[in-house]
Amino acid sequence: MPDHARVRGAPSAPLQGAWNRFRANRPAWIAAMALVGMTLFVVTSGGFLAWGPNVLSESLYQPPSARHWLGTDAGGRDVLARVCAGARVSLVIGFAGALVSLVIGVTWGSIAGFVGGRIDGLLMRTVDVLYSMPSIVVVIVLVSAFRDPVRALLATVVGPSAEGGAGLVFLVIGLGAVSWLTMARMVRAQVMSVKGRPFVEAARALGAGPGHILVRHILPNTAGVVWVYLMLTVPAVVLGESFLSYLGLGIQPPQASLGSLIADGADQINPIHSQVWLLLGPGGMLVGFLIALSFVGDGLRDALDPRRGG
Amino acid sequence: MNQVSTRGDPSSSGLNNDVVVGVRTRYGCLARMGSLLLRRLAVMPPLLLLIAALVFALVRWAPGGPFDRDRAAASPEIERALAARYHLDEPSWRQFARFIGGALVGDLGPSLKYRSHTVTEIIAQGLPVSAVLGGLAFCFALGVGIPLGFVGASRRGGVGDSVATGVALLAVCVPSFVAGPILILVLAVKCGWLPVALWGGVSHLVLPVVTLGSYHGGRVARLMREGLVDVWRDDHVRAARARGLGEAAVILRHVFPLAVLPVLTYSGPLLADLLTGSFVVENLFQLPGVGTLTVNSALNRDYPLMVGLVLIYAALLLVLNLVVDLIHAWIDPRIRHA
Repeated sequence: MPDHARVRGAPSAPLQGAWNRFRANRPAWIAAMALVGMTLFVVTSGGFLAWGPNVLSESLYQPPSARHWLGTDAGGRDVLARVCAGARVSLVIGFAGALVSLVIGVTWGSIAGFVGGRIDGLLMRTVDVLYSMPSIVVVIVLVSAFRDPVRALLATVVGPSAEGGAGLVFLVIGLGAVSWLTMARMVRAQVMSVKGRPFVEAARALGAGPGHILVRHILPNTAGVVWVYLMLTVPAVVLGESFLSYLGLGIQPPQASLGSLIADGADQINPIHSQVWLLLGPGGMLVGFLIALSFVGDGLRDALDPRRGG
Repeated sequence: MNQVSTRGDPSSSGLNNDVVVGVRTRYGCLARMGSLLLRRLAVMPPLLLLIAALVFALVRWAPGGPFDRDRAAASPEIERALAARYHLDEPSWRQFARFIGGALVGDLGPSLKYRSHTVTEIIAQGLPVSAVLGGLAFCFALGVGIPLGFVGASRRGGVGDSVATGVALLAVCVPSFVAGPILILVLAVKCGWLPVALWGGVSHLVLPVVTLGSYHGGRVARLMREGLVDVWRDDHVRAARARGLGEAAVILRHVFPLAVLPVLTYSGPLLADLLTGSFVVENLFQLPGVGTLTVNSALNRDYPLMVGLVLIYAALLLVLNLVVDLIHAWIDPRIRHA
């Protein structure tokens, strides 16, 4: 059937339509451009900024100026360079963590929805139970428990240069491991609604095995839900990382993430003299990313579900 | 129903499906809701036991113990004595059994970190603070979010919609640990209108409540707007208009009850979350609530305190989700007479 060919082939018709609808959606398209622009700026900033993120200097607590666009911090370090470095870390963690949650959530949800019966009950009751535990407690225990083993493992496997990377790995795993529950529910619902459609029966009648049907015919039809929810998970993971760094469990100094920079900036608010740029720099960057992601997420949802208009 | 639960807040309970199956008469409906209530209540104790066991296992298997962060490194004898005093030398299952046995009669045992206090005492001190704060933040979120969503939906496409949607978006995108310090700086430090921190009179509550509630207010506004926009187009609303009902009556009787369902679904977990405290807000404003305790108990591996707090959260969540489902069934005729 054409359905078969469409899934295998280059961009299928429905996705093409969704892409066109997304491009026609002005705010979403602008936000997507802004997101790409901000990401490029942050990633390439090391090339054109005069200061590195960890370079100390004697000009402490300078307010924003032509020399230091976002001022300097307690160590005389350039805040813009630190914000860019922090945003890189936050973005990597956000997308990688969302990817971890995607893998777990899609696997869990599609098996539950596709197999059904007892297994479905068992898997979904597990999700219900996990839902009832405050994720912050679980992630704190997971992260603080696995920090040292992961660090030691990476140090022996990759070498001492992996110190910094280890911090990222356990954060990504810990945060991904607590944010897949809703994804699993969404995917399950979608799989259950797709698996009764005629084209699935047609595939079965043609002798396709269950694995083939699930991977080739059903999962591609969950892409809409998955994309939309992925765009919601990225900010959630970024916020989770910020929160853990705020607690001192995330990124360790002198490395920075947006969360740890915001925590440092918030400490500088006091009645005597407030260095407010230390808060507004990283805070503004975080808010900017979250707003852009939110527009893109809304745009994707509208584009992938033509029934609903903005 | 299906639509509401996939599109509305993701945290809606998967158990919602229980309500859908057929009911024809009013008595049948009541009986059905009664049996639903009993069934859900009966599942709660084993579910809570399971949650307690999971958290207990998690914290006992994770490396690190409750006395690791004590200032002086204890000598082996002292460590052994401490372990014996708090039964940490027993096998895990006995510790857990001891904990559950105590919990059944309301005694959660001594805290392993704040050793002169029992867990029950500590929670009894902190919970009222967090509950007041969270309850007010909940009212703030609904009180601001629902009207804001209404403005957005009724002026759809106009300036009012843009403003309302923009405010909601900003509320959702500015996390509390950014909004809180800025609010403190502007309203407390610079203008001096409100106290900077601590727990005292009504004026002390304003900033923490706004900081805690603003994100959720934004979420509620967005859910409300979406719900209204969806229901406004429904056939039954057109039918009500065609019967000659006034716009106010249409909105009040036919639009609002259905449009508010996503908000209702969201508000169950939200209230459970808010009532059990927030680390960020309690830390920012130096408030003696249980949000800080939750985080610290996890950091300190103070398992009696931690499991106690998790149990309170879980019990609240289960009860509130049940309440939400009952209200849901009561409001939505599609569920009641499906």
